[in-house]
Amino acid sequence: MQRIGVFVCHCGSNIAATVDVKKVVEIIKNEPGVVHAEDYQYMCSEAGQAKIIEAVKEHKLTGIVVCSCSPRMHETTFRNAAARAGLNSYMVEIANIREQCSWIHKNIEEATEKAVILARAAVAKVNLNTPLFPGESRVTKRALVIGGGIAGIQTALDIADAGYEVDIVEKTPSIGGRMSQIDKTFPTLDCSACILTPKMVDAAAHKNISIYTYSEVENVSGFVGDFTVDIRKKARSVDMNKCTGCGVCQEKCPSKKTPSEFNRGLSNRSAIYTPFAQAIPNVPVIDREACIKFKTGKCGLCAKVCGAGAIDYEQEDEIVTRKYGAIVVATGFDMIKLDRFDEYAYSQSPDVITSFELERIMNAAGPTKGHLERMSDHKAPKDVVFIQCVGSRCSDERGKPYCSKVCCMYTAKHAMLIRDKYPDVNVTVFYIDVRTPGKNFDEFYRRAVEEYGVHYIKGQVGKVIPQADGSLLVRGVDLIDNRQILKKADMVVLAAAIEPNKDVRKIATMLTASIDTNNFLTEAHPKLRPVESPTAGIFLSGMSQGPKDIPETVAQAGAAAVKVIGLLAKDKLLTNPCTAKSDELLCNGCSQCANVCPYGAISYEEKLINDHGIKETRRVACVNTALCQGCGACTVTCPSGAMDLQGFSNRQIISEVDAICR
Amino acid sequence: MLEMIKRAKELLSDNSVDRVIGWKRDESGFNPEISVFRTAEELELFVYDGFCSANMSKMLINETKKEGKVLAFLKPCDTYSMNQLLCEHRIDREKLYIIGVGCKGKLDQRKFASLKIKGILSVSGAGFDDKNEIVAFKTVYGERKVPYKELMLERCAVCKGKEHRIFDEIIGESEETAFEERFAQIESIERMSPEERYKFFRSELSKCIRCNACRNACPACSCRKCVFDSNNFDSSQKANVDSFEEKMFHIIRSFHVSGRCTDCGECSRVCPQGIPLHLFNRKFIKDINDFYGEYQAGETSDARGPLVSFETDDPEPYDNKGRA
Repeated sequence: MQRIGVFVCHCGSNIAATVDVKKVVEIIKNEPGVVHAEDYQYMCSEAGQAKIIEAVKEHKLTGIVVCSCSPRMHETTFRNAAARAGLNSYMVEIANIREQCSWIHKNIEEATEKAVILARAAVAKVNLNTPLFPGESRVTKRALVIGGGIAGIQTALDIADAGYEVDIVEKTPSIGGRMSQIDKTFPTLDCSACILTPKMVDAAAHKNISIYTYSEVENVSGFVGDFTVDIRKKARSVDMNKCTGCGVCQEKCPSKKTPSEFNRGLSNRSAIYTPFAQAIPNVPVIDREACIKFKTGKCGLCAKVCGAGAIDYEQEDEIVTRKYGAIVVATGFDMIKLDRFDEYAYSQSPDVITSFELERIMNAAGPTKGHLERMSDHKAPKDVVFIQCVGSRCSDERGKPYCSKVCCMYTAKHAMLIRDKYPDVNVTVFYIDVRTPGKNFDEFYRRAVEEYGVHYIKGQVGKVIPQADGSLLVRGVDLIDNRQILKKADMVVLAAAIEPNKDVRKIATMLTASIDTNNFLTEAHPKLRPVESPTAGIFLSGMSQGPKDIPETVAQAGAAAVKVIGLLAKDKLLTNPCTAKSDELLCNGCSQCANVCPYGAISYEEKLINDHGIKETRRVACVNTALCQGCGACTVTCPSGAMDLQGFSNRQIISEVDAICR
Repeated sequence: MLEMIKRAKELLSDNSVDRVIGWKRDESGFNPEISVFRTAEELELFVYDGFCSANMSKMLINETKKEGKVLAFLKPCDTYSMNQLLCEHRIDREKLYIIGVGCKGKLDQRKFASLKIKGILSVSGAGFDDKNEIVAFKTVYGERKVPYKELMLERCAVCKGKEHRIFDEIIGESEETAFEERFAQIESIERMSPEERYKFFRSELSKCIRCNACRNACPACSCRKCVFDSNNFDSSQKANVDSFEEKMFHIIRSFHVSGRCTDCGECSRVCPQGIPLHLFNRKFIKDINDFYGEYQAGETSDARGPLVSFETDDPEPYDNKGRA
């Protein structure tokens, strides 16, 4: 029988205002196994912990129940306190009477009753607790960054500067990401490429950074400190070592009809291409779907003109397997497809464009060499209308419920840039709200309105109607004047909602990192652990975690790097002892647990079993505790109950349920 | 049937198999029992007719643990259970020789008993080589004829098909006997109000005497040690809050076999109280079909059921067509 001490925390008034803590103490004293119970204002404080340690010694406690906040807050605190008192850390259970009780109830009587019930459940569990001992695992001192945009580059640079090796895996032929497609950056209007390119060069030149472009993460196994990752290096069809980057192949390539990804489809590129002039590495790839040589077998012009003999049509995908201690996800974002927003005529008129397309049009290296012109007739527009929140803050399923955060600012930027370069062009912005929190952001927006005369209309656009004369009729509403607006425009720019890169779902699944309903990666704690995934060893950087601008992305990238460095600086990690364990005598050998295990932690062995005197060779499940994450999928799949989770055994859970239902 | 005996004798005599598992004729002529035959002489009592309804797959778990190879005669629906057991590594295929035997539907002892025919002298029309259209009972009071179909088991009314899913050779013709919609009864239960449904199951399950016949016959209930018998789990020792709690056994059991149950209907067939236990399992099958797409447990010996497979690219959440 355990000797259990119960410690009820007031949490100031957080708990005590809604739960009668004295009453909880009185009632819980009578529970089987409980030999001591007390309450205190702040159990997590130094003095509170001292009370626990004292009680362990005085009452010879073998188990502890702390009725306090969520175990995510202070379980470690109390486990450490128990260890200091000479108890096994895993003899501590937390009854969450704050988040799951006092904070959500108003009636003291009911909340007190519930607090007692939660405490009873924890006592019932501790009665069945056994000491558990964590193992040790090694740390591979290298990090993987998935995604080579500004977030990934910054994270990699910071980790590399601290002296650790970093690999960047980038899906496209060059690092640089979305930032390389942006023309100017708010609120300073400096050129995006001018500030990004040096960072790209730094990353490429850094002795600790290896860059895998045109590559994808194919498989991830292992766990924090010891991940094994298969990287698929897609066949570039160009020898990276031989290519000099002269660009002749791209000029001569006869297949030039593929929409350029870099220019958002506004211009075409050749089949052999580097996405943009400052690409790193400056080595082209052959798009095998567009290449005439690959499609018909005839052509081979690039190979003929290549002085370096770098073209290699035979090249095959290569799988590189590398070990990492930590993985950073920096897979970035894209804009939503607008096929469900037909009212804006995006698919009907080439003069209705997205903001990202405008970004390319405004760029000197873009499809129009930086001249603002309509894509239909290449004429300069006289009236430009911007529509905000296209799919953002959208209450129906066509769009996204969240604010994309950056659109207000980049629209002000676009409006300002147009008015600056073409003062005779009228610029109108339809908006729901203008949101400008950020250093020098509101000043920036005010400048657009006050100095550059951008016409802001609070209200939404219901329809954009292409006219016979090639112009566009914008039908909207002015909410302040409360009137309908019919406005002629030559160009309409849509601030389409931002969404996480489509690949993030696949990557998150490989990493067992959780994602929210919008496919953004979830943080371990939204406030206190914003750059860590709940999965140990996985870190978040940039837009993959949520919409953010460049300064925020760079800040978060640095924060993720610090967390990675903190992890890689350790030589050994303690492993969680709450892993699955199979009872060989009960195991049927049916393999169902191995089939559901997301971590590949279960294997089968033919083993000589002595079942109460009957010796026979049986097929039984074995758990690799280093791989097991304690998710419990196996325990609920096992029909015979042979598989059990240490620290959360079936019996413990059933006894908790029984205590609650009593 | 004679061909079955002939093949069994051949395989025994050339030492291909060590023993044969099959049905043995009893005195009544309509209640054959499962038996192991080791010699040609013993095989004289071998029988295979419409009354041989038991699913033999489960018995082969223990039978294949012993020395030597076993010859088993499996009906088409038994082979589903066999495959499922092979999937779960419960049977050593190497130690087994499977002869798939023809089936034109098997007879339900309970339906037969409900006719209350007294003084039976002999039964005809249910033999393996008969047409299986009319069962004739010769009694001391005269002859009584009953259409074969009227006496067929529920599982034959929703027959999964005449194809053997695993075999080394096949003897005899099979017929698909299905004449009822498999999920019709489930759908009608689904249409009940929660109160009606509770009442229905409560009244059915209240008949249970916990004889464990269902568990013993069920090929999916093949655990070395059932959780209900193990002292590792409080389920076996707990005092019940009310008399109905005991009957929760069936609900727990149906969870344990979900995704693995081939719908062989043994549970209902062997229940001495006539509880339609298969309904629980069939509801799970229907739900699995709805959630993850059509799935029949035991179709192959290497299938991974939807409840016990995990792929990193699984759609999430599932819609009812198994797509994201």
